[in-house]
Amino acid sequence: MPRLSAWFIRASLIYLLMGFTLGALLLANNGVEFMPSAWALLPAHVEFTLVGWIVQLALGTAYWILPRHTNGPARGSLALGWASFGLFNLGILLAASSGLLPGTFQLAGRILQMLAAGLLAVLFWPRVKAYGL
Amino acid sequence: MPILTRLWIKTALVYFVLALLLGILLAGQCAGLIHLPVQSLFPSYIHFLAVGWISQLIIGVVFWMFPKYTQANPRRSEGLGWVTYITLNLGLLLRLVGEPLHATTNAAWAGWLMAASALLLLIAGTAFVINTWGRVKEK
Ligand code: HEM
Repeated sequence: MPRLSAWFIRASLIYLLMGFTLGALLLANNGVEFMPSAWALLPAHVEFTLVGWIVQLALGTAYWILPRHTNGPARGSLALGWASFGLFNLGILLAASSGLLPGTFQLAGRILQMLAAGLLAVLFWPRVKAYGL
Repeated sequence: MPILTRLWIKTALVYFVLALLLGILLAGQCAGLIHLPVQSLFPSYIHFLAVGWISQLIIGVVFWMFPKYTQANPRRSEGLGWVTYITLNLGLLLRLVGEPLHATTNAAWAGWLMAASALLLLIAGTAFVINTWGRVKEK
């Protein structure tokens, strides 16, 4: 797989671990209370598992297996690809700060995620094509 | 496809249907047609979809399709795969019973069922990541 996919997928596995750890803390604490402030972790749990793990794994895999270009760089601009990776992951960390940092941080996180999504849409769009093109 | 992958994907399909069944119960209660205390099934509804269905489907396909670990050992450890399969599904099922029992009885042992479920799910995630990490290879 290309290096960028490996980074997306490795990041998604790290988010899986972080998201499951937060989820396990929340669940255990709901059953046997040992950490009254655990509820503050819920937004980060949701962001890490849903966006960090599931969505990011799909992005890394799509970048890897969608049909490649026949001319020029096989998967489009590398610079755009890496920019999307950076923006997306910074976006996840900021968006997960709900309850810990002021709301402008989460807003910034969502904006970064949307920019990353836009870049990825630009990269993926021409690779979604019929056979022989 | 390897036996573990077949099990993961088929079990994921079962969770997909079960999740939607829980969804029907929850919606039925909201509509006033079902008079059972089913609200405590809401977290299982979400997690049957997110963990039982989507994550389990991903895990099965990753185990099958990701780059080979080595020629001799393409899927790394079958043992870790079984640990993932068993702990993930046991964890989800314990949660399905633990949460409603804890909500309705407030019994300490029901709380411990939830804690056990949390540990099992965490083991599942960790075992999957350990087995997969070395198969994420640049070429
Ligand atoms: C793919 C993985 C997962 C996803 C996408 C996910 C998603 C979610 C979402 C969306 C919620 C919010 C539900 C709400 O607002 O009421 C939630 C809550 C929660 N999750 Fe997860 N989750 C995942 C895995 C886990 C795991 C592995 C655990 C435990 C080990 C866990 C434990 C919890 C707990 C305890 C809550 C709070 C439930 C409550 O309201 O009582 N989650 N999760």
